[in-house]
Amino acid sequence: MQLSTRHLLGIKDLNKEDISLILSTAAQFKEVLQRPVKKVPSLRDVTIVNLFYENSTRTRFSFELAEKRLSADTINFAASSSSAAKGETLLDTVQNILSMKVDMVVMRHSASGAPHFLAQHIPAAIINAGDGINEHPTQALLDAFSIQEKMRGLEGVKVAIIGDIMHSRVAQSNIYLLHKMGAKVTVCGPPTLIPKYIQQALGVQVSYNLQETLEWCDVANVLRIQLERQNQVLFSSLREYNIAYGISKKLLDSLQKEIVIMHPGPINRGVELDSDVADSKQSIILQQVENGVAVRMAVLYLLSGKN
Amino acid sequence: MQTLFKPEKLSELIQSLSKSLFETHKDFRNIVFAGIQQGGAVLGEQITSELKLLVPGQNIDYGKLDITFYRDDIRKEILAPDTMHMPFDIENKTVILIDDVLFTGRTIKAALDTLLDYGRPAKVELCVLIDRKEHRQFPIQADYVGTTLQTKRTDKVKLIKDEVVLIPGEEG
Repeated sequence: MQLSTRHLLGIKDLNKEDISLILSTAAQFKEVLQRPVKKVPSLRDVTIVNLFYENSTRTRFSFELAEKRLSADTINFAASSSSAAKGETLLDTVQNILSMKVDMVVMRHSASGAPHFLAQHIPAAIINAGDGINEHPTQALLDAFSIQEKMRGLEGVKVAIIGDIMHSRVAQSNIYLLHKMGAKVTVCGPPTLIPKYIQQALGVQVSYNLQETLEWCDVANVLRIQLERQNQVLFSSLREYNIAYGISKKLLDSLQKEIVIMHPGPINRGVELDSDVADSKQSIILQQVENGVAVRMAVLYLLSGKN
Repeated sequence: MQTLFKPEKLSELIQSLSKSLFETHKDFRNIVFAGIQQGGAVLGEQITSELKLLVPGQNIDYGKLDITFYRDDIRKEILAPDTMHMPFDIENKTVILIDDVLFTGRTIKAALDTLLDYGRPAKVELCVLIDRKEHRQFPIQADYVGTTLQTKRTDKVKLIKDEVVLIPGEEG
């Protein structure tokens, strides 16, 4: 069984079988990560470049660790400390790197569609590590893996995505993936942070009421308020956001059932999540990080034979 | 596809393998078994069940080893992995690897690589149902052999459910 695509540009391009294959392969890599030697030789003849045109800690470390656990050779590129700062174009940078015999490219870029552009121009396998406000496919895959582990499946699971939906590539990738796997999705947040036609375009339920949404869902995936992507004032203050859409322990305890709390990180403590919620036993935030390495190993492994 | 061994013959071979394992070791407290996915895992289950009858009351550790990530021809075709299940420590134990067919020896080499990532066993032995000896590419021999078969290089021999089948090769 093989993936139907050569690249991982977005969840949009994957079918249900691809997603299942990645998740089941990730389960085997998770087992690898529990062994005394947490490494396999599968990619020892593969060279991977991590091209990060945008800041990242978790995703970059997670990819790098996944690559090392697969025995691949890796090079890291950060736009701020490279020739991109001197005005070199994306295509020129990548072609120069590829002439050093690189097989796979992991790329994060602030422009939506940047990895799709690269995939049309270079022969290496491209993995999107987040492009603008479009997609962040490996985050959605690791979220799905974590939900599946906790809820024993994805079919019929009710997932609420809460917060800044407008600027979130995580939300978009999650919606695509959860729908393909038969889960139900509601997005919740202030009207200014939810795209107007999202219900028609992506088929999700929309709610502006946090309490009602939490009563409905099994899993709440709480997004970060992305202050760096907002060049206009979309809510009056962080304090006001916390009062209306922040999740407190008191709110969680008032619900009829115990729900699972997720967050892709980095958390703004006291804004979208209170500290005692982020650190509570209902939160699987650190399991998400752990699962991220296994899921990225699965993606890299499954795409490594396509050249 | 042609049937080489029917269920009766297969169970005879399994019994004789279990008997020679029992006669060599007698005590299995410091021994663990690992069946190589997929045929070896099926066979391993049957052999360890037989052994339990020969040493009643003794616990027999049995795991399943998947070698997908360790294959030396991995770039030719990326395969989805099978389940790995090694729920015990192998440090300083004797590990008995079990496989259905010993052919080129490459699978066993990969299985040894896989095993060593779980710890450092005191000793590793190999137990196979069928030995296709003349096609060996690596210097690997089995300690326990059910039977030896003369086959063409291009033939495929497999344990499927409770039968051993031969899928004839196209050339030669």
